[in-house]
Amino acid sequence: MTTSSDTPPEPADVELTGFARLRDAFLKPSRGQAVVAVLLTLLAFATVTQVRIAGQDGAYGNLRQSELIQALNGLQAASRKTERDLSQLQETRDRLQSTSQRREAALEQARSELNTLGVLAGTVAASGPGIRITVEDPSDQLSLTHLLDAVEELRNAGVEAIEINDRVRVVAQTSFEDAPEGIRVDGVALRAPYVIDAIGRPATLATALDFDGGFIDDVKLYSGTVTIKQSDRIEIKVTRNAPKPRYAEPVTGQ
Amino acid sequence: MIAIMGLIVGIVLGLVLTPDVPLAMEPYLPIAVVAALDAVFGAFRAFLDGIFDDKVFVISFISNVLIAAMIVFLGDKLGVGAQLSTGVVVVLGIRIFSNVAAIRRHLFHA
Repeated sequence: MTTSSDTPPEPADVELTGFARLRDAFLKPSRGQAVVAVLLTLLAFATVTQVRIAGQDGAYGNLRQSELIQALNGLQAASRKTERDLSQLQETRDRLQSTSQRREAALEQARSELNTLGVLAGTVAASGPGIRITVEDPSDQLSLTHLLDAVEELRNAGVEAIEINDRVRVVAQTSFEDAPEGIRVDGVALRAPYVIDAIGRPATLATALDFDGGFIDDVKLYSGTVTIKQSDRIEIKVTRNAPKPRYAEPVTGQ
Repeated sequence: MIAIMGLIVGIVLGLVLTPDVPLAMEPYLPIAVVAALDAVFGAFRAFLDGIFDDKVFVISFISNVLIAAMIVFLGDKLGVGAQLSTGVVVVLGIRIFSNVAAIRRHLFHA
């Protein structure tokens, strides 16, 4: 029964060691070895093929149908979860975007309101269409009243910004008083000729001063002269600080 | 000598031919390889024990492969293919380990 039956004569009762058997088999090929070789060829061939298949097919190549279905289910669940996350995040993004847009709109409105109020309160420089009124007073007979008249008429005509002699910005709180050498507007002494820059609709402003018994007639009565120049662009550069109200407080919620 | 040459020839053939395994056979190939490995180690152990017989080797080799494939096939039909092939691999692995231990004792007396 043993392959060593045809080995060269050796003491038959001596148990061969493993290495001795190997050496014998190595040196003396036999029919049995040929059979073994054929089967080993088969084995090696199959092993190499299997190693190649297992290597090339990646993660899913060797899975069975049920395992593939399981994997597919897992992937589908993961994909559903991811899609849910995605839509949630998109919602959040949209919400944030609309919030920021609203905030921006409010900011924009506040800015434009600030500009409007700044022009009215005289805290910012202004430019636009309007008129330039030059009042000459050679005989020094004009009084404060005349100038005040002019300002009132201009206000009635919807003037938006007034400046006198490029030195004083006229706003709601502006004070007018007589002075020995002319007049004081907001404490600034002014002399003739008075130059009044007014921003508003030029035609309306001009008409407001020039009617029977109006400002121009009045000045002429005291031998002064008035020149009105309408312009597309009047520049008012003088600004004043808006005083912080000490007593009045704004009432909100109206 | 011839056996080792056979081994080398098989490896070279596998690398050169790169055969495509039919899809139906794909689940059985790894199990068949493990079963064949078990047969080979068993044969080597028998050889060192002095009781090697080529007919026994051929029969055990082929029957090992066929039975392993059959078990996996049956497992697939029963719906427990994955578990059963794992079981086959474990059993064959244990056998290979014990065979290798015997071979080691023969060769190194340790």
